[in-house]
Amino acid sequence: MNLSPAELWIGGILTLMIFSFLYRDNPFYKFAEHLFVGVSAAYWMVQGVWGTLMPNLVAKVAPGMVQSFMPEAAGKNPEWHYLIAALFGVLLLTRLVPSIGWLSRWSLAFVVGYSAGTNFIRYLQSDFIAQIRSTMIPLVVQGQGGLDLGASFSHLVLIVGVFCGLVYFFFSKEHHGALGRVSRIGVWTLMVTFGASFGYTVMARISLLLGRLQALIIWLRLVSGGS
Amino acid sequence: MRLLAFFKTLDRRFIFLFVGLAVIFPFLLDLDLPEYPTVMVKAIYNTVEGLQPGSLVLMPFDYDPSTAPELDPMAAAVVRHCLSRDLRVCFMALWPEGQGMVSNLISGTVQPEFPDKVYGRDYVNLGYKAGGQGLINAVLLNMRSMFTTDAAGVPVDSLPIMIGVTNLKDFKFIMNFSAGRPGSKEWIQFAGDPGRIPVASGSTAVQAPLLYPYYPSQMVGLMGGLKGAAEYEAALLAGYPRFKDSRRVATELMVPQAMAHFVIMLFIVLGNIIYFAERRAGKR
Repeated sequence: MNLSPAELWIGGILTLMIFSFLYRDNPFYKFAEHLFVGVSAAYWMVQGVWGTLMPNLVAKVAPGMVQSFMPEAAGKNPEWHYLIAALFGVLLLTRLVPSIGWLSRWSLAFVVGYSAGTNFIRYLQSDFIAQIRSTMIPLVVQGQGGLDLGASFSHLVLIVGVFCGLVYFFFSKEHHGALGRVSRIGVWTLMVTFGASFGYTVMARISLLLGRLQALIIWLRLVSGGS
Repeated sequence: MRLLAFFKTLDRRFIFLFVGLAVIFPFLLDLDLPEYPTVMVKAIYNTVEGLQPGSLVLMPFDYDPSTAPELDPMAAAVVRHCLSRDLRVCFMALWPEGQGMVSNLISGTVQPEFPDKVYGRDYVNLGYKAGGQGLINAVLLNMRSMFTTDAAGVPVDSLPIMIGVTNLKDFKFIMNFSAGRPGSKEWIQFAGDPGRIPVASGSTAVQAPLLYPYYPSQMVGLMGGLKGAAEYEAALLAGYPRFKDSRRVATELMVPQAMAHFVIMLFIVLGNIIYFAERRAGKR
């Protein structure tokens, strides 16, 4: 990304303001934080109007009104059924008036119904059935030169890990004896998973810090007159 | 015991200072760590290699500037690879800020490094569309109803790259860059699985462990965080030596990243030593 000197200055100063929170809370940090929230809200609102409301509603219902700045609307006939969606959208805003706020439940019911219906099918197929299928793998993997030890071990870890993890979440019987030992392996599997997640999270946060430091170095070079 | 008490009451700002020094110091030195692509990253590389020139690749940029340091380098590497293979790339975004990330990539990487590639013919920025998984569900069947123009408002019917594109199944590969929801999970669930379209993910490191279960049956490959990006850069350099002079941001950042990890590991070990020493002292 090629930034102008002014953009580099703004970015550099705001980064230092945010970093100042590492020492303690202060007015500079608060200013940068509020600025970020304000700019984000404005950006989302502009995107909502020009990216969603105008092309998906106004251009459909009243194409003649917007054809001067939205060429794709030119020559199109109004599609009145989009007013139904607009009505549902307006109903959501009735929450602002407590006496008729119950009307917003109609829109929410539509949103929840649609989301639940589509998500139910996709989760069932992609996250349930497909995942079970992915776990049904051979314990002994044959490679080109005979037994593939690495792949076989990998499959074994996967199957044992899934099985023991499921046993850990089986609460109909007390975890004693053999069940307890299998459950214990399940706990270890979960701990390894959490450890991996934590490691990845650390990596992510450090990467973001590096990104800001890189930007700061570019800014400092500009300040010091370097290229 | 005095030493233990000192470390136990150590101000957390000293930890910030140590981590800060650990990442700043390598910036001053010009060091590189060797990178080797792992199986999941190599799988993405091989998928791109296996596509016929002219094939359409969809690249949804589902992230914002807050995760750009992780995802920008991998997006640049994959785009370089696709355009070098003469694949046609359609950019889009399910996140409002994603559209800006695409614009940055086009102006910072595509235009300067591939001046022969023409907008609208070899690549296009379809911009942001609201709807999340609902949008994916819709474009799986009919892309034209949702995308009537590109990000600049140019009707898609006038763009040569969009000729013959009716729905997602016209794309040979979906390479998603994701920082959360909607993102890679939704592309697998609502496009890859029902449409049988190969989907790969370049995701933030935080999100990567959640995506592992989809590999390899539902997702052709996964690049997790900056490390994944550095691995892809290494694979690209090995296959296309002409990129040796291109900036490899992820590879550059691997040394400070490793130093920071080293310092954090030291603090974890130190914390455990203090914990066990205290427990032992308590038993006495």
